[in-house]
Amino acid sequence: MSIFDDPFDADSRVNAGCICGQHRSPAEHEHAALALRCEPVADSTEKRYENVVASAVLRAVFPQAATRRAFLKSVGAATALAAVSQFFPLKTATEAFAEAGAPEKKDLKVGFIPITCATPIIMAAPLGFYAKAGLNVEVVKTAGWAVIRDKTINKEYDASHMLAPMPIAISLGLGAQPIPFTVPAIENINGQGITLAMKHKDKRNPKDWKGMKLAIPFDYSMHNYLLRYYLAEHGIDPDTDVQLRSVPPPEMVANLRADNIDGFLAPDNICQRAIFDGVGFLHILSKEIWDGHPCCSFAASREFITTAPNSFAALTRAIVDATAYASKAENRKQIAEAIAPANYINAPVTVMEQVLTGTYADGLGSVKTDPKRVDFDPFPWQSFAVWMLTQMKRWGQIKGDVDYKAVAEQIYLATDTRKVMTDMGLTPPKDSYKSFSVMGKPFDPTKPDDYVASFKIKKAS
Amino acid sequence: MTASLRLRAAVVSIVLVAVFLGAWHIATRSTGAAANMSPEYAKLMGMTATQGKSAMPGPLDVGAKLWEHLRRPFYDNGPNDKGLGIQLAFSLGRVMLGYLIAVAVAIPLGFLIGMSPLMSKALDPFIQILKPISPLAWMPLALYTIKDSSLSAIFVIFICSVWPMLINTAFGVASVRKEWINVARTLEVGNFRRAFTVILPAAAPTILTGMRISIGIAWLVIVAAEMLVGGTGIGYFVWNEWNNLSITNVIIAILLIGLVGMVLDQILARVSRLVTFPE
Repeated sequence: MSIFDDPFDADSRVNAGCICGQHRSPAEHEHAALALRCEPVADSTEKRYENVVASAVLRAVFPQAATRRAFLKSVGAATALAAVSQFFPLKTATEAFAEAGAPEKKDLKVGFIPITCATPIIMAAPLGFYAKAGLNVEVVKTAGWAVIRDKTINKEYDASHMLAPMPIAISLGLGAQPIPFTVPAIENINGQGITLAMKHKDKRNPKDWKGMKLAIPFDYSMHNYLLRYYLAEHGIDPDTDVQLRSVPPPEMVANLRADNIDGFLAPDNICQRAIFDGVGFLHILSKEIWDGHPCCSFAASREFITTAPNSFAALTRAIVDATAYASKAENRKQIAEAIAPANYINAPVTVMEQVLTGTYADGLGSVKTDPKRVDFDPFPWQSFAVWMLTQMKRWGQIKGDVDYKAVAEQIYLATDTRKVMTDMGLTPPKDSYKSFSVMGKPFDPTKPDDYVASFKIKKAS
Repeated sequence: MTASLRLRAAVVSIVLVAVFLGAWHIATRSTGAAANMSPEYAKLMGMTATQGKSAMPGPLDVGAKLWEHLRRPFYDNGPNDKGLGIQLAFSLGRVMLGYLIAVAVAIPLGFLIGMSPLMSKALDPFIQILKPISPLAWMPLALYTIKDSSLSAIFVIFICSVWPMLINTAFGVASVRKEWINVARTLEVGNFRRAFTVILPAAAPTILTGMRISIGIAWLVIVAAEMLVGGTGIGYFVWNEWNNLSITNVIIAILLIGLVGMVLDQILARVSRLVTFPE
């Protein structure tokens, strides 16, 4: 089911009709696979809101789906809309609806780390998505993941950009006392890569990587789990055969140049920056390990949600809106220009464009194209959280039994996000869990313990 | 004679700078087009990869960039991009605040320790343990307990600049000549008057030496503290440009940090000359 669905479509079916379950027909699936994930039906927010209100009214008039469809088929959507607006002031209702609840707090601070993963959070400021949601948001660049964690816990930031597993780690109290955190939206999917130093350009088989020094940005990161997964699948034990170091991204490029590390799995614009400077080459994109994996998240403390629910909803709306905008290929160039200046990511525009448009130099002399090198899809699938928990367990970050489902559902707010998205006139997926495969190995979110047990290389606990 | 010495020293200084700049320029010249690349590919790559340009900027790059910064030192493009003048003002503001709090704490406490052998002995172990702690080691603790990053930075400045002042004040006060105190005692001068009219002037040069050491440390620490917490200040500027791998801007920041540090030191040196007396 596409996120953007039309309530006035008489042909829509209750059950999805394509293999992935996200589209109405196999043809649409093909189309979406060729084009991009988020395909807006309504061209503006106002139009979308109008549709939401109108469809609510229509549903109230014809509670039976079958009758409604029959009616729409016989008179046509336009006539139906006209008929509905005869006895219901649609315009007024839409305006009232668009205001939703007034935000309790309008001036908000949102922290971010200057990498392309923060794209929706950052671009929402210069491109006016926060203003559209009635908020005055200051996006503040922050020096590192630990600092962003502390500043969000200290309430200096109302919400912030975090690595997808960080809110889970904070909520579980890994490394500190537990504080309930939530993820209302995934910032980006894909968008990382393994970059190696130029001298390793003939060592493309990970089996030859024994003894290498590889860098990751943070322990509780998809970068760490994906690199470990990739190495382990190739028979390299990430804890004994190689050295994994936690290194801040800019230092990765400098260390690679200084020959102090052999490579890294880093968030993008850093990979491309290493190539741009002629220091390294792209071994693979993280997309090739798991296509569609979550990378960074938009996180807020549970306390913020309870004290300022309307501000939180407005913020989520702005982020979802920005994410949908970023998901479209034709907007990517504009976004690259908007977020490249010193106030935001502070990187050369060519580097940003290569990452966001997916036409990039690979460091070995050829130009490659992959429009989904980084992609944007906000829905916080709870099965993502379950997968991260399995990896935390696999590598000994959490010990003992875990109630995977309970943790995932408390932190990844699929239900709330679904409501916000429905209110916005988007069509979120019906389920909060989906299965996927990582390097060809299927993951069943209902059997996490079996999944952990199935790995040969892991830290016993 | 002194005039000619000064002149000759200036000439040597200029020659040294010229040699340094020349060597720097030659060492960082580009080596011409690197390996042959397709023009389409080359468009996506940086100067280092295509032109064989050194990763280290040359003096001309730094000069041009410096001129750009100096022409508009106070621009403000939102919360994360401000002119160098504003960044320096933020850093100086933090340093001054932390430093003044340290002065307010260290000098009275130093007096107490210097005048009372009991307090001196009792507080000594604490000072000895706290003094060698690297200021940045306090940072995570401060962030966690104070719960405000900019107050944490000020706290770190305070905690690192308090010890030299404290120790110097205590030492200055304790080593005021016994005869002077005895004279004051003979004249039946009260405790307060004795402290302000006899001990303070006598200990002032030592106290100011302590203050001069402290301001140097405070200025050293602010850069590291701001790199850690981010937000504003010259340290944040360095971090932000490091993040962009812009060595040119980092070099400019280093130059400015050095200049400001020198100015701060010279101001206190002047003051300390004012209170020095011939014995």
